[in-house]
Amino acid sequence: MKQFDYVRPATVAEAVAAAAQPGAVYLAAGTNLLDLMKGNISRPDLLVDVTHLDGLDGIERLADGSLRIGALVSNADLAHDAEFAKAYPAVAEALLSGASAQLRNAATVGGNLLQRTRCAYFYDTASRCNKREPGSGCDARDGENRTHAVLGWSESCIATHPSDFCVPLVALDAIVEIEGKNGRREIALDELHRLPGNTPERESALEPGDLIVAVRLPPAARGFAPHARYLKVRERTSYAFAIVSAAAALRVENGKIAEARLALGGVAAKPWRARAAEEVLSGSAPTADAFQEAASCALADAKPSGDNSYKIELARRIVVRALTLAAAGTPARIPALPASPFASTSGAMHA
Amino acid sequence: MPELNLTSAPAHLRHGSSIGQPLTRRDGVLKVKGQATYAADNHPPGMLFAVMAVSSIAHGRVTSLDVAAAKRHPGVVDVMTPDHKPQLAIDPEIKTNPFVFRMEVLQSNEVRYANQPIAVVIAETLEAATEGALLLAPRYEVLPALVGLDAGESFVPPVVGVGNPAENTHGDVEAGLASADKKIEVTYETPPQYHNAMEPHAIVAAWDGDRLQIDMPTQGLMLSLARVAELFGIAPDKIHIRSPFLGGGFGSKGLMAGPPVLGIMAAKLVGKPVKLVLRREQMYGPVGHRAPTRQRLRIGTDAEGRLTALDHHARTVSSTFDDFYEPAADASHTLYVAPAIRTSHDAVRVNTGTPLFMRAPGEATGSIALESAIDEMAWACGMDPLAFRLKNYAEVEPITGKPFSSKALRACYDQGAARFGWAKRPLQPRQMRDDDGLLVGWGVGTATFPALMFQAEARAAIRRDGTGAMEIGAHDMGQGAWTALAQIAADAVGLDIDRVTFKAGTSDLPDAGIAGGSAHTATAGAAIHSAGAAVIAKLADLATNDERSPLFGAGNAGVIARDGKLIRRDDESRSESYTEILARAGVAEVEARGTGAPNPAAMEEYAMHAHGAVFAEVKVDPELGQIRVSRMVGAFAAGRIVNPHLVKSQLFGGMIWGMSFALHEEAITDRRSGRIMNANLGEYHIPVNADVPPLDVITVEEHDPHVNALGIKGVGEIGITGSAGAVANAVWHATGVRVRRFPIRIEELLAQR
Ligand SMILES: Cc1cc2nc3c(=O)[nH]c(=O)nc-3n(C[C@H](O)[C@H](O)[C@H](O)COP(=O)(O)OP(=O)(O)OC[C@H]3O[C@@H](n4cnc5c(N)ncnc54)[C@H](O)[C@@H]3O)c2cc1C
Ligand code: SF4
Repeated sequence: MKQFDYVRPATVAEAVAAAAQPGAVYLAAGTNLLDLMKGNISRPDLLVDVTHLDGLDGIERLADGSLRIGALVSNADLAHDAEFAKAYPAVAEALLSGASAQLRNAATVGGNLLQRTRCAYFYDTASRCNKREPGSGCDARDGENRTHAVLGWSESCIATHPSDFCVPLVALDAIVEIEGKNGRREIALDELHRLPGNTPERESALEPGDLIVAVRLPPAARGFAPHARYLKVRERTSYAFAIVSAAAALRVENGKIAEARLALGGVAAKPWRARAAEEVLSGSAPTADAFQEAASCALADAKPSGDNSYKIELARRIVVRALTLAAAGTPARIPALPASPFASTSGAMHA
Repeated sequence: MPELNLTSAPAHLRHGSSIGQPLTRRDGVLKVKGQATYAADNHPPGMLFAVMAVSSIAHGRVTSLDVAAAKRHPGVVDVMTPDHKPQLAIDPEIKTNPFVFRMEVLQSNEVRYANQPIAVVIAETLEAATEGALLLAPRYEVLPALVGLDAGESFVPPVVGVGNPAENTHGDVEAGLASADKKIEVTYETPPQYHNAMEPHAIVAAWDGDRLQIDMPTQGLMLSLARVAELFGIAPDKIHIRSPFLGGGFGSKGLMAGPPVLGIMAAKLVGKPVKLVLRREQMYGPVGHRAPTRQRLRIGTDAEGRLTALDHHARTVSSTFDDFYEPAADASHTLYVAPAIRTSHDAVRVNTGTPLFMRAPGEATGSIALESAIDEMAWACGMDPLAFRLKNYAEVEPITGKPFSSKALRACYDQGAARFGWAKRPLQPRQMRDDDGLLVGWGVGTATFPALMFQAEARAAIRRDGTGAMEIGAHDMGQGAWTALAQIAADAVGLDIDRVTFKAGTSDLPDAGIAGGSAHTATAGAAIHSAGAAVIAKLADLATNDERSPLFGAGNAGVIARDGKLIRRDDESRSESYTEILARAGVAEVEARGTGAPNPAAMEEYAMHAHGAVFAEVKVDPELGQIRVSRMVGAFAAGRIVNPHLVKSQLFGGMIWGMSFALHEEAITDRRSGRIMNANLGEYHIPVNADVPPLDVITVEEHDPHVNALGIKGVGEIGITGSAGAVANAVWHATGVRVRRFPIRIEELLAQR
């Protein structure tokens, strides 16, 4: 394996200073990064291990009613935090639908947000890939691309962002707290990931050295708890990335949708917030027709990037289903097969 | 390696026959404690690490390797290339027998498939060797890659599978179709699949002068030994191979492949022990796979739903440099009676590693197409698919007309259907929903696999201390040979299992034949049985010829060996213990050998197959198209069941693989480069626990006096057959959509709605 340096900074400031150097990357649980290094896709010179930094592994409720999740909280710990799962059920369901129990035990909040695409050509160093090697071309464009993007893609790159966690988070207006060379700042999660355009290698709004220290859910996010679901269609019952997924959250008042939140996963280079569809739903009754209209609206700009036109129709249907499930109400307990179309199957024992 | 200490838990001590007892694995404790030594766990002193550099192109030539850069890397000891390697005694392109496959061991710069080994870096650490391999930065002259079932001119291969004719005809298929009341013509496609044993191919090789010690998982110790001897020009008795445990093989560890040979060459080059382990993605190329197929079936029936003709044609691929042809159409030889059956194959050559035997080679691919098409025919006739199968039940083997040595398939259908509740199945598809509104479908498939026998030898001994020994170079691939064969051994020498030292898994023991073709228990078991009979005969001679023995005059045929005693058959009160017999005779032990082999006369007379019936229930989301199997029942008749626990595990594994075949498994090949784009266990999907429903296996009683002395048929592969078709048929029954390309994908269920 390529020789690299490894540092374990004691403070966030030291971490930021170290990671600002060329060739440096942050190492969290490494479930994505180490695979990339073993496959020679990432060849960092310096790993800045943040897993021992103090104060980044808490889940705290702030005075204003928002919730602050430290970047080092594990995916499993967050999903299994009873308070959290109750207040943000769709987020917990999304987390539990991702990867495997072993991976969720290790994977961190920060790492999940910044995990790289699963585009096979990105992983295959013999293929041309604009994201891995800017300007080299995109072998996915005319390749095996039935799982690639249908929204927001460009001729330069048709990859998707694979995170489940990010989908309900973006729907709930999550905020990302960042520590950088010039101190602390925060941005909406919706602004963290970038669409490819002509620069697919620039995946996020982060600058060199920027460390995600926390993700914050604003006070309003709690208001959706009674009607919030995540739904994920995949090619086996567990341990598979989404073909398409959706997070739907409703605030229902007097039988009407006072406010709706909708986001799609597996369709674009970022978790895809469907704001126009939310508008359609706002003020309407939670009916099948309204959901159909929202679905059409959410996918209005979709176009296939390859052998994947089915994903557009599938996404429409998932939107309708996720909205239907959300309208029916959040189940008292997270199903045994979280986010699965088979979630309510009796006798299911594990995911 | 420490001597294996394999004993049964006290709970399993028993009196009487060992065969038929549900013993748990005798190697289980070692395995759960991590004490079972797999090949790559061996670290002889001074061992170096070898890592293969593999080609990223599928066709062309390596024009340069930066050997200097690799050698400069700290820890790198040497780089083996076509220009710098030990000479082999024979050209690896020469096929000295049909079980020798061509391999890439750096004999040239030519590249014939992606992931072909092109150099080996040897270093003090795995990390240094890995980085060294990367630093080679190969350059290529790239030629267009041949990819897929339409890559080029097709041809009819000389043989398919192992020596089967590519075409087989019985009766007049065209006439049968012309006279048919109803007929269908359907085309099915199956994808390339890779064995993906949990344990990757691995070798630790150590030379000591001209002696060679090898630790390597193999399903064929003696075939491997012979191949290594031939390649390196050394006498077989100079080579010792240890393979006590395999972390799965599924056919890919049956014959010597290139990578372990590279490990032996590397050890020779550097004069030190060398370990070479494949990375997961490197297993997608040089160690075999299941070739893709496109199968066209034409079937006709008369007005009563009896088959008038069955025409099964399979297109497959082989590599550009060797021949292995998936005998998919041969699945139509045995199951359904028809006055006319034709099976035929053709193939194209593509830039791939040579395809190979993979669990139920031909039977699995052929079965899913045949069982689906039979279902389509039943539907065309308006008949229940089980009733249709029974209507066309073969009382003799259709393609040969031979009677079956035994065939309890009817009982399998009956017992399986009863357990499953098949009688309540609506004929029409898309009729059933569960409480959550999910579509529910039920499907059936018939399972079949030939009952094969190879050649094997075993050595048995009975010692004066009243213990026994049985030695045979058998292979435990996880299927439980350490247990099942020891059970047969215990009965063979008339001792309790814990009084018999059972040795297996090394090449200095008698040849057990290959662990393949579902024939290992039958073949090795027959050898053990005969060695046991021979040693008991010797012991009986000592007793019955000695007037001081209570058995004097009983004659060979007149004694039974049981619980460490010989007992007069006609008078059980007269017996003598092994210890007494041997002590009086003044010998430390008696020893004898026995063999297991097919019986040509029985094979001439009978068709020999195991059978089964698999019933599956699936649920499908009506809008989203996601599929989940919710229930499976398999009833199998496979002769004598040596160990019900192990047999069930084999059948469960097969049924899960069948489900995987229908719904999950596929190597995705880039059509331009010929590279496999999902060569990892994250993206090459196999079922995970959440996909596997409660499985129910029924073993149907079957006595077969013809297959071998013990009446054993195999169970290793049959579970896949029938199961894949049952799941596919259940998907149709749930949705009304017949998908003819496997694995069944979500989009096909969406599109056709
Ligand atoms: C087989 C497999 C299946 C999977 N299936 C799913 C799935 O179904 N759904 C899903 O959502 N995910 C899935 N994953 C992805 C998994 O969720 C991610 O690998 C994981 O969340 C990454 O977290 P980590 O802590 O290991 O990050 P790392 O691998 O350590 O880091 C990932 C990236 O984030 C950067 N990084 C990490 N933390 C910070 C920080 N605090 N600030 C700035 N940068 C940071 C690193 O530099 C690196 O670039 C799967 C992964 C595997 C291997
Ligand atoms: S889709 Fe994007 S990530 Fe994939 S090959 Fe093209 S540029 Fe690379």
